[in-house]
Formats: sequence, structure tokens, C-alpha cells
Amino acid sequence: MTDIFIVGFDGSDAAQRAVDFAAARAKLAKAKLHLVQVLEWSPYSFHTPEELAERHKRREQELDRANGIVQPVTDKLNASGIETTCEARHGNAGELLSAIAEEKSAVQIIVGRAGGSGLANRLLGSLAITLAQASPVPVTIVP
Amino acid sequence: MLKSILGAGASLPFMTGVAFAQSDGVDQAISDAIAPIVNPIVSLVFYSVPVFGTNFPLIVGWLVIAAVVFTVYFGFIQFRGFKHSIELVRGDYFDPKDAGEVTPFQALATALSGTVGLGNIAGVGVAVYLGGPGATFWMILAGLLGMASKFTECTLGVHYRNEYKDGTVSGGPMYYLSKGLSEDGKAALGKFLAIFFSICCIGGALGGGNMFQANQSFAQISSIIPFFEGKGWLFGLIMAALVGIVIIGGIKSIARVTEKVVPAMAIIYVGAALIIILMNVGELPAAISAIFTGAFSPTAVAGGAIGALIQGFKRAAFSNEAGIGSASIAHSAVVTKHPVTEGYVALLEPFIDTVVICTMTSLVITITGSWVPDSGVTGIALTSKAFEADISGFGYVLAIAAVLFAFSTMISWSYYGLKAWTYMFGEGKAKELVFKAIFCVFVVIGASMSLGPVIDFSDAMIFAMAIANIIGLYMLMPKVKALLADYQARLASGEIKKIK
Repeated sequence: MTDIFIVGFDGSDAAQRAVDFAAARAKLAKAKLHLVQVLEWSPYSFHTPEELAERHKRREQELDRANGIVQPVTDKLNASGIETTCEARHGNAGELLSAIAEEKSAVQIIVGRAGGSGLANRLLGSLAITLAQASPVPVTIVP
Repeated sequence: MLKSILGAGASLPFMTGVAFAQSDGVDQAISDAIAPIVNPIVSLVFYSVPVFGTNFPLIVGWLVIAAVVFTVYFGFIQFRGFKHSIELVRGDYFDPKDAGEVTPFQALATALSGTVGLGNIAGVGVAVYLGGPGATFWMILAGLLGMASKFTECTLGVHYRNEYKDGTVSGGPMYYLSKGLSEDGKAALGKFLAIFFSICCIGGALGGGNMFQANQSFAQISSIIPFFEGKGWLFGLIMAALVGIVIIGGIKSIARVTEKVVPAMAIIYVGAALIIILMNVGELPAAISAIFTGAFSPTAVAGGAIGALIQGFKRAAFSNEAGIGSASIAHSAVVTKHPVTEGYVALLEPFIDTVVICTMTSLVITITGSWVPDSGVTGIALTSKAFEADISGFGYVLAIAAVLFAFSTMISWSYYGLKAWTYMFGEGKAKELVFKAIFCVFVVIGASMSLGPVIDFSDAMIFAMAIANIIGLYMLMPKVKALLADYQARLASGEIKKIK
């Protein structure tokens, strides 16, 4: 069975570095890539009644936009000979990447590091830290 | 006669015992001009019969009887289904594939921010002042019964909502009244009730959901910030600007901040109440006993036990809006394959609003011994006095809470009014803008003028919503029963399973 690498993707430079890194490793290991674009979302956030009524529509729009970003990257990887799939989902990035890694029986998760060192980053924690604590598989953080 | 009803703080949902903001020549002239037109309508909606020396508005009886009927008809769903409600809100049945949609928790939080408000702080003060500690017992009972009304109306709201091609949804009593009754071959009646409901809902949104909130929160603010005294128009403009930014400008960040701060305020409020109860824990048995004995044989209460009962029932009905139909509009947006799940979630609202928050208020008033019959200290002043007895400076927190609660209530009601408006006049950006602009203008009017009759009238409109809504609920309750039976069968067969 081919190994699967999960790559966290959000269209940023850091995410692109993670994709490049993952692509190089996948080529060597003949592994498959699965790009995941997470739309940060909490089931416990608060909305106005109007937002509730429009939520379904907004969700579709968000997913379309996310797929519009991640799909071209996926196509390019496939064209270059690396078998790649992708998906966009709402949720908490750390939890979702871990869950998808389990679903797909992936062998590792690769994410980019935004490189922030500010106070906010420290207080809020980062995806890398969440994954380091919660991921069911090895995690590679690409600086 | 009207004056005596209103003067007793009886008929307004959030009547606080605080005088209306101000009064001057212009206001008086407007009031005098419209009073003859609106007063008969107000008297009609709040038609009261004297019962043992106190006035009992029939509309309160209408709401409580409906709650009893639904409770019995659905086999005490609020008790049997309570655990299931909690599991639904916790997300135990929420399919992860639906991530990004409206969750049951979000629908509940939004509907609650529309009902938790001045009624919980000030309304309870009025109930205890007039009905004694025993009113608390009846308030809790009415709250528990009201859970069944919410269950019924919110299930119907989801079942008969409109889903549009663009992915937005519209639901609420106007949709279940017209669509539901036309299924039974009563299309004309359904349409009439839906229009009647919509007119009342627009009036209620501009009045009780807007002017009254602006007026009473201004009264609170001007009592602690002397700068604002006599400057209701300025306060009104600020509030209108904030409301306008959210509902017209579509700037969600302000709304989002409030939607976060309001639950926080509610938690601070309940937390403070708990602290006071703990500080006086020695008095707790006496306070509970006062509530029970007061419920059946009160002293110093006009009308005795009946007086206490009436006050408790009134405040509960006015605070949690069960049977009014408003919450059904907010709940319609949730994603669910089974409308009944939304009914389960919604039945928690009267529980949180009335059984928890209102009870906290009245326990604090009772335990601190702040209730002095015939002292004139009533409404928010009584609540404030009780909290201040143990936590000095809490009056300021209460004033801030009052303004925030008023703001979130306005945002919610602007939407309820808008939905009724578009139901009658059709959807469309321009039509919506007209209503939103009117809504903002009414904020300024509410804060700056002492338009007693207008406010009474629009308040009466909120309760008139219950006339059409409950007639519809009675006629449609067999459908809810069928939906419930179907859902329970699927639950029992294991077709619907917990995700977690």
C-alpha cells in the first residue's frame, strides 16, 4: 500500500513551502499526497440571527473559495507525477488534520510554519504546537 | 383603567418601575394625538379581569393554558426529553460532515440572546415586589410549562421553513401558519393568521424589541452617568449608529463582540448571584421556605396566593417569550434532518432564561431581605439594591449589563421584524433597507422621547403575536406529534445514533 502524507494547506507561502517539501519526499518515497485546507470554525461561536440564516450559503461560498485555491495546486502536483488529492473542511486545524490522518491511515502530517514569534502567537498557540501534542502520526514542520 | 394596569407595572414585559426617559412638549403632543387610537388596542390585548384584588391580563392566561396543553399533549416532553436536549446542544448528534453549518448550540445561543434581557433583571424585581417571594415558585412553574410551547413552535419553524436557491432560509410562525394550515385546507385562515402575526411582529420589533429597550437602557445609563441626563437623543443616536452599523452596514464584528459579551454578562450575573447566595448560605433554607410558603399563603401581598401566582406567571411569560413565536424565527436556520431536534434544543430556553436566571435574581432579592412591601423599591432598583447589599458597586455592572442586553435584544428583534416585513412585502435589498432604516430611526425615538402610549402599543403588539401563533400551534400540534413519534422511533431503532 502506498504511503499517504497529509499536508496542511492554506495558500500561504509557508503552506507552499510545506507542499514543496512534501512533494520532494513523496517523489522519493513514491507516496501519495493529500492536501487539506482547513476553514477555521467553531461549533460554539456566536452569530446574529441574520448570520444564522445565511450560514448555509456562506459555507458553500467558503468551500468553493477554498477549493479554488487548493485545486490548482493539486492539479499541478498530479501533472508532475505525484498522485495528489485534496479537500477543504470546516473545523479546528489541529483536530481536523489529526482526524483526517487517522481516517486516511496516513503516515505523517506536514505543515508549514508561519514564523510568527509575537506575543499573540505564543498566547494563542499555533497549529504546530497543537499537532505536536495531539497528532496520531509523526509531524514535520517546515520552516 | 389602563393607567392603573400599567401603573401597577403589570402589563409591560420589561416594565421596570423606572420612569420613562423624559417628557417634554413635543412628546406630550404626539402622545396625546395617538393615545385615543392606540389605547383601545392596548386595553384589548391586555384586557384584564380583576382577580382577588389584582388585575389579571387574559393574555397571560392564554399563554399559560397553552403551555399546560402542550405539556400534557406531548407527555411532559420537557422532562422526558431534557437529557436528549443537552446531548443535542453538546453536539453528540452533530454530523462532522456538516461542520461549518449552524450548530444546535449556535441556534440556542442566538435565540437566548434575544430573550435574556431586562426581563430577567428588572421584571423579576417587579414580580417579587408585587407578588412577594412566593411569586418565584409560580415563575419557575410557568417557565417549566413554557418549555413545551417552545418545543412546539420551534419544531414547526424548522419543518415549514422556506429554503431558497441561494442557500438562505426563512422560517417562523408566518411560514408555518400559512403553509401548515393550507395543508389542512385552511389556506385562507392560515394566510390571515400569518399576516396578523407579521403585522404584530413588525410592531413588536419596533416597540418592545427596540424603543422600549432603548428607553429603559437610557434610563439606567443616565442614572449612573450624569452627563447623559436629559440627552436621550444623544444616547439614542449612539445606539442607532451601532445598530445601523450592524444591520445595515453588515459589520458583523460589533455584533460578534456583543454576542460574546452578552453570554459573558449572563455568566457574571449568575455567578454574582451564586456568590451572594453562598455568602448567605445560612439564610438559604429560610429563603426557600419563604418561596414555598409565599406561594401558597403569602403575607403582605395583594390578592394573597393568587396575587403571587399572577405575578409569577406574568413575569415568566414576559421574560422567556414562550408562545410568542419569536424564537422560532431564529431557530429555523439550523441544519437538521429532523425538525424535532430543534424543538428539543429550544425547550432549554425557558429553562435557562426563567428557571435558572430569573430564579437567581429572586433568590438574591429574598436572601438579602431586600424585599420591603409597599416601599416603592421595585424593578431594577430592587434587584440593584439586593446585589449592592453584598457586592457594592454592582449597580454599575447591572447598568452595563442592561445596555448590552438591550443591544442584543434589538439586533435579534430587528431580524424578527425584518422577516415579518419581507414576508409581507417580499424579499429584496431595497425593501429590506427601508425596514432597517425605520428600525434605526425608532431607536432614537425610543431613547429620546417619552412616548408612553406608543411604547404600550408596540408592547401590546408583541403579545398579540401570541394570539395568532397559539391558535396555529393548537391546529398544528398533531403534526408535531407525528414528527416526534417518527423521530423517537428512529432514535429507538438506532437509525439516529450518537456521533461521539
